[in-house]
Amino acid sequence: MAKAPEAPKFIGSPIKRRDDPRLIQGRARYVDDFQLPGTLHLAFVRSPYGHASIRKIDASRARGAPGVAAVYTAADLAGKVGPVPVAGLVPDAKVPVQPVLAERRALFAGEPVAAVVADTRYRARDTADLIEVDYQALDAVVDMEKALAPGAPKVHEAFPDNVAFRWGISGGDAAAGLKAADLVVKQKMVNARVAPLALEPRGVLAHYLPGEDKMTIWSSTQVPHKLRTLLAQQIGMAENRIRVIAPEVGGGFGSKLNVYREEALAAHLSRALGRPVKWIESRSENFLATIHGRGQVGEVEMGLKRDGTVTALRYSVLADCGAYYQLLTVAIFTLTGLMLPGPYKIPNIEMQVTGVFTNKMATDAYRGAGRPEATYILERMMDLAAAELGMDPAEIRRKNFPAKSEFPFKTSAGLLYDSGDYASALDKALQKADYAGMRRRQEAARKEGKCLGVGLSTYVEICGMGPSAAMGGQGWESARVRVEPTGKVTVFSGASPHGQGQETSFAQIAAEGLGVAVEDVEVIHGDTDVVPYGVGTFGSRGTVVGGSAVVYARDKVRSKMARFAAMKFEADPGDIAFVGGKVFVRSAPEKSAPFAEVAKLAYDAIKLPPGTEPGLEETHFFEPGNFTFPFGAHVVLAEVDPETGEVRILRYVAVDDVGNMINPLLVHGQIHGGIAQGVGQALEEEMIYGEGGQPLNASLMHYALPKANRLPRFELDHTVTTTDVNPLGAKGVGEAGTIGSTPAVVNAVLDALAPFGVRHVDMPLRPERIWRAAAGKRA
Amino acid sequence: MEISLTINGEPRHFDVEPRTLLVHLLRDEAGLTGTHIACETSVCGACTVLLGGRAVKSCTLLAVQAEDSEVTTIEGLARGGRLHPLQEQFWEKHGLQCGYCTPGMILAAHELLERNPEPTEEEIRHGIEGNICRCTGYQHIVDAIQAAAAAMAKK
Repeated sequence: MAKAPEAPKFIGSPIKRRDDPRLIQGRARYVDDFQLPGTLHLAFVRSPYGHASIRKIDASRARGAPGVAAVYTAADLAGKVGPVPVAGLVPDAKVPVQPVLAERRALFAGEPVAAVVADTRYRARDTADLIEVDYQALDAVVDMEKALAPGAPKVHEAFPDNVAFRWGISGGDAAAGLKAADLVVKQKMVNARVAPLALEPRGVLAHYLPGEDKMTIWSSTQVPHKLRTLLAQQIGMAENRIRVIAPEVGGGFGSKLNVYREEALAAHLSRALGRPVKWIESRSENFLATIHGRGQVGEVEMGLKRDGTVTALRYSVLADCGAYYQLLTVAIFTLTGLMLPGPYKIPNIEMQVTGVFTNKMATDAYRGAGRPEATYILERMMDLAAAELGMDPAEIRRKNFPAKSEFPFKTSAGLLYDSGDYASALDKALQKADYAGMRRRQEAARKEGKCLGVGLSTYVEICGMGPSAAMGGQGWESARVRVEPTGKVTVFSGASPHGQGQETSFAQIAAEGLGVAVEDVEVIHGDTDVVPYGVGTFGSRGTVVGGSAVVYARDKVRSKMARFAAMKFEADPGDIAFVGGKVFVRSAPEKSAPFAEVAKLAYDAIKLPPGTEPGLEETHFFEPGNFTFPFGAHVVLAEVDPETGEVRILRYVAVDDVGNMINPLLVHGQIHGGIAQGVGQALEEEMIYGEGGQPLNASLMHYALPKANRLPRFELDHTVTTTDVNPLGAKGVGEAGTIGSTPAVVNAVLDALAPFGVRHVDMPLRPERIWRAAAGKRA
Repeated sequence: MEISLTINGEPRHFDVEPRTLLVHLLRDEAGLTGTHIACETSVCGACTVLLGGRAVKSCTLLAVQAEDSEVTTIEGLARGGRLHPLQEQFWEKHGLQCGYCTPGMILAAHELLERNPEPTEEEIRHGIEGNICRCTGYQHIVDAIQAAAAAMAKK
């Protein structure tokens, strides 16, 4: 009797990406790479002021200019294009109506005031320059505390106190917990506003077909279906006559999880003019008119017992919304509250947040989206508390971890953490870092007058977004798996990757379940005419939610194929195996047929198993029962020069637990990239505004972000704690690196400055800030 | 204004406005969209191409400055259907995620390795300082360039 062949394992394999050949040859197609005959190029006139009254717009020189098809102001769009859509609100939030073009006032520098369409991109820009706008500059609101002071200028006449929303979350009794503490540590902390800066700026190409009354929209988006549904409503066109395509997308990091003014206007104009309309964002526009991240200024109080047990945490914070909300502006801030306990058993927590309108672009989701802020304040407080109690920073953290046996663990914020083993991750990180050795190195350096610091961060984060009820709707993801008559496999996913590599990882998932080669699986995503309705890629959900949908759809197809094979072999469907491109009877492996032959049976349908339809195409919508909670420990060794303020990261050790890893190569890439952005926020990145609301560093010449020579080599390791939330046992990894890294770096720098008596310095830790802190504290 | 230049080994002729940037000539006129635009201040390096074999930022050159010159874009790097070792190693080492910085990064690395065939890690990181990547954190890019250097040394 023949022996059953061994099933190869693709899941868990560091397979190189199938996405890459087109990318490394420059043959991938991003939005701007699509060229349609007759395209009109869209350009904007944008307010240079943070706050201004628009007295007059004179477009007379522009309207007659060569190659110009049309010029628009708000008046031309009234009743034709609705306001920018908003979701994720909290009760009693004040909701300003965001028009596609500014009406009587511009409320942030970069707000579009007029639009031009012309036959070339150069002419569109030339023509925009011919439009004269008579502004009257008004006092702007830039600083949140000043915004809330009596007599402050009003961002919106309708909301005179500049309060956008108030929200709170609490568990237990934080006031009582602080009162009962032996020690209360207080600190004001800032999470500055930063720019996501995906390398491909935004762009949209809208192509209306007059004869068919249909439109195709290519957009550099993370959420093609959401965009389609919301744009349809915004421009007044039936959703099922719109096709949205997310082509190759050059990064998103949350900034393209949105619906923007320019997308709506391009779509509307294509329909109005009957020609394709293309808008490609410049980098300046990207700084001004693409959402920003973070933007929290708050006071943190932590209560502890003498032995380091945390009794309470209270966070009172101002949240910088900008002048208008984009899609999830308000919701992002609430994620901070949900993760306030972090990886610790803190019985009493409280967060009170006041959302503030400012004369700036909206904030919204940016890698981590609310969770880096929670981890940052927690991890800074742990170090401050450790210093006051004379405890080792690793030990104070360890003391407050729940044990592995306590999971699923209900937190005081009301979440149920799926699984966790925080102590093991910390142990592994300390061992890999040679923590004791780092401290010895630090001691020795101090004797030589050098400043070395060791920084820790232990974190847990909430991702795999998420149960639909908890998300305000639409937390599921879809997949359709089709086995073709020739035996090839096609996976259609509602996810919308933009660099994460799901064309490879989803192929691994499908191939393993069906016993075919990874090369025989094609993964298609991003086209609303082709894939099932999907939610999109953000919140570290692509593999966890999208990949799980693939698992279930794949298994449905497999089960159906097994019935056809069982019919052919006169066996039991439960006894059918799929390995190495063959389908056979497990208990009688000589009864075997090629995978394609069984597929053909289902399509020919000459004979059907009872109760079975022809075809091999199954869809699944996966609704996760919970979020997932990856965690880890980062250890940073940094050298600080107090004379110049320069920081050099000497070692960066990260132990992250993302559950089962579908493709470790991709996991490492996500962690590296995530850490880089976290280091950027810690040391360099911040949007800086003048008093009039003008961004002072809205270009890559002035906004510092990490370059290759400013980042260390990352030393990664993992623990693997699986989860029952999904069939992959995966927890998601897209944002974990960013969340864990920022406080580890800041803690390291402040540890280096400890001999100067420096207690806290706000991010970004630019050289000037470090120098001032060290100099200020010197005798 | 009429200009003639060689792009990826082929002689090409164009009639463009004098102010046309080289990157726009390559993308919009020559249809070679592998070269990308990611800023207007010549900082990001996504537009890097080879001009006379030297890496240049094509967003900061006028097309007319490339008159009578040889330009190599990412599309011209593979020869006879065979990927360049840099392309192969970026693939092997997962040196790209969204791919937007990749063409410019590969061409910048090409010049780096021509000038310095056995660079240290520090020299590589310094050598690609003019190319921003927001996805990878650079480590796998450095690995890819090191591996390409080794592969090219063997030849």
